[in-house]
Amino acid sequence: MKIGVKILPKNEVLDTQGRAVEATLRSHKREVNQCRVGKYVQLDIGETDEAKALAKAKEIAEFVLYNPLIETFELEVVVPGTVRK
Amino acid sequence: MKKIGIVRFLGTNCDRDVWQAVEMVGVRPEWLWYEDQFNPADYQAIVVPGGFSYGDYLRCGALAAKAPVMRSVSEAAGQGKPVLGICNGFQVLCETQLLPGALVRNERRKFIDKWVELESENQGKWGGSGSIRLPIAHGEGRFYAEDEELKRLWDQKQVWLTYRQNPNGALDDIAGVSNRDGNVCGLMPHPERAMTDWMGGADGRSIFESVIHG
Repeated sequence: MKIGVKILPKNEVLDTQGRAVEATLRSHKREVNQCRVGKYVQLDIGETDEAKALAKAKEIAEFVLYNPLIETFELEVVVPGTVRK
Repeated sequence: MKKIGIVRFLGTNCDRDVWQAVEMVGVRPEWLWYEDQFNPADYQAIVVPGGFSYGDYLRCGALAAKAPVMRSVSEAAGQGKPVLGICNGFQVLCETQLLPGALVRNERRKFIDKWVELESENQGKWGGSGSIRLPIAHGEGRFYAEDEELKRLWDQKQVWLTYRQNPNGALDDIAGVSNRDGNVCGLMPHPERAMTDWMGGADGRSIFESVIHG
């Protein structure tokens, strides 16, 4: 089962990439309230049970994928060909 | 004679400069390969040099922090051995949680390569007092810690070095910190690149010398 780990910087103070994108958008009249740039990690976990897969992914995220001091993360179950709202 | 252990990860590139710096102050250096653990008793001190360990993948120092050698470095730190992290080494020590805070991308997003003036705020085992000049070369050297932690760092005298003119947006102009006991120190500037006048300045010597005499 594939689990997506979405990692974002914690807040605007830290996110220089996000601010750079905001500035570019602003100069092209596409202002947004905020832009944060993070990273996406996809884990193909050898589990068929969704809850177990999510639990493993969470443990992996906490072990190394994100730094809780400066980032937050979200997990998603990847279902190919669909859009998750 | 005791030795100073110099950690090497894949992507570490300031290791040989640190080796020479250690030799320059009259101590024998030895390599510590990232895949191997070591006996802290064999070493007088440990240095984690700068570079791009693991290509800075995921987060600077994040993957290096999980390498086997860091278990031994943590053990050495716990025993009160002097441990120095330079630039990427500083990032590795923060990710290993041997030092507080984190280093994030420079405020202006540019890799900055220049000499800076630093003030010694508090002295850990790795010394340095007064004002010194050292070169920096980094893209992710902005020190970050939460407000309460920052206050604690100042109160507990863990702020080691500050920039006189902040080059990267580091909170409270912090260029280097130490742990509570003062034996683990990390700094973004490169003391191994400031060992002789022909390098541009010799203020780095005192940092390496302090651990021998201290």
